[in-house]
Amino acid sequence: MHELSITREIVNIALRRGEEAGAQRITSVRVKVGEFTAVEPDCLQFYFTALTNGTAAAGAALAVDKVPLAAKCSACQSLFVPQALSFKCPSCGSPEIEITTGRELYVESIEVQ
Amino acid sequence: MEIQVVEKILQANDLLAGEVREILGANGVASFNIMGTPGSGKTSIIEQTFSRLRDEFGVAVIEGDIATSLDAERLSRLGLQVVQVNTGGECHLDAGMVKTALPKLDLSAVDLLLIENVGNLVCPAEFDIGESKKILITSTPEGDDKCQKYPLMFRLADAVVVNKVDLMPYVEFNRTNCLLSLSNLNPQAPVFEVSCTTGEGLDEWAGWVRTQLGKRKRKS
Repeated sequence: MHELSITREIVNIALRRGEEAGAQRITSVRVKVGEFTAVEPDCLQFYFTALTNGTAAAGAALAVDKVPLAAKCSACQSLFVPQALSFKCPSCGSPEIEITTGRELYVESIEVQ
Repeated sequence: MEIQVVEKILQANDLLAGEVREILGANGVASFNIMGTPGSGKTSIIEQTFSRLRDEFGVAVIEGDIATSLDAERLSRLGLQVVQVNTGGECHLDAGMVKTALPKLDLSAVDLLLIENVGNLVCPAEFDIGESKKILITSTPEGDDKCQKYPLMFRLADAVVVNKVDLMPYVEFNRTNCLLSLSNLNPQAPVFEVSCTTGEGLDEWAGWVRTQLGKRKRKS
């Protein structure tokens, strides 16, 4: 249900950027959503339609690009995809890892007219 | 025409969280974001933490609930400074709600601010509220698979408290499975197995909290 707050922010950002560019209408909004976030893309679609109603983005398409989860070991520098929810480095066993992708939550671009 | 935006969706919240962090930092206040399922014992852990640290540190609470001030009333009876925040239907606290609550507290008398989030294992994950540590409370009657089912919250936690260990003989809870999944998912977070009924494990938990507070001395 927090997707409502998240979608509201997406719409605010799109409308503000559209206005700054002097656009009449926003026809699509592209967002990047990491696989390891608490965001359900279908929910975003549902709220997006409702929240853009009556705005310059009414009828706009929402494109959600999913970004897969990946990590890097801080000890041996190896790159890996965490499997079965294990965040230890599969090469050296170190728990000191950094999530490199999968936590994205941003508006990538908008299409305007 | 395409316009490149590349702007964080939660930027507005993150900016407010930065302001909260600045206010708390300037007042020397450490803050914990206490998250977990409804009924996992978040309020009980707050009570127990307060009773163990009250002589050493100033403790205050921000209580986040969708509705009612039941928890705030319960805590204020103990003599704690407490502010109730009702989210009005929202399933999580955000930084703006915490920032609004701060002026209602006398921060000059606070070393540790415990912020009890809305009971939920999903929604609070993405919302930075300006805390210094994220604490995840889970409990044995919920089952040992919660960290596998809600991995993000458990991964983001700086410490995990497994509450109600006194009920382990009566509920379906495989302790080995729980601890193994936690150590795979978040190997760096300490795990405290506690019971607010028997008091088991709570001194160890309070000891960890004390180390997080470092050299702070009781104010006022």
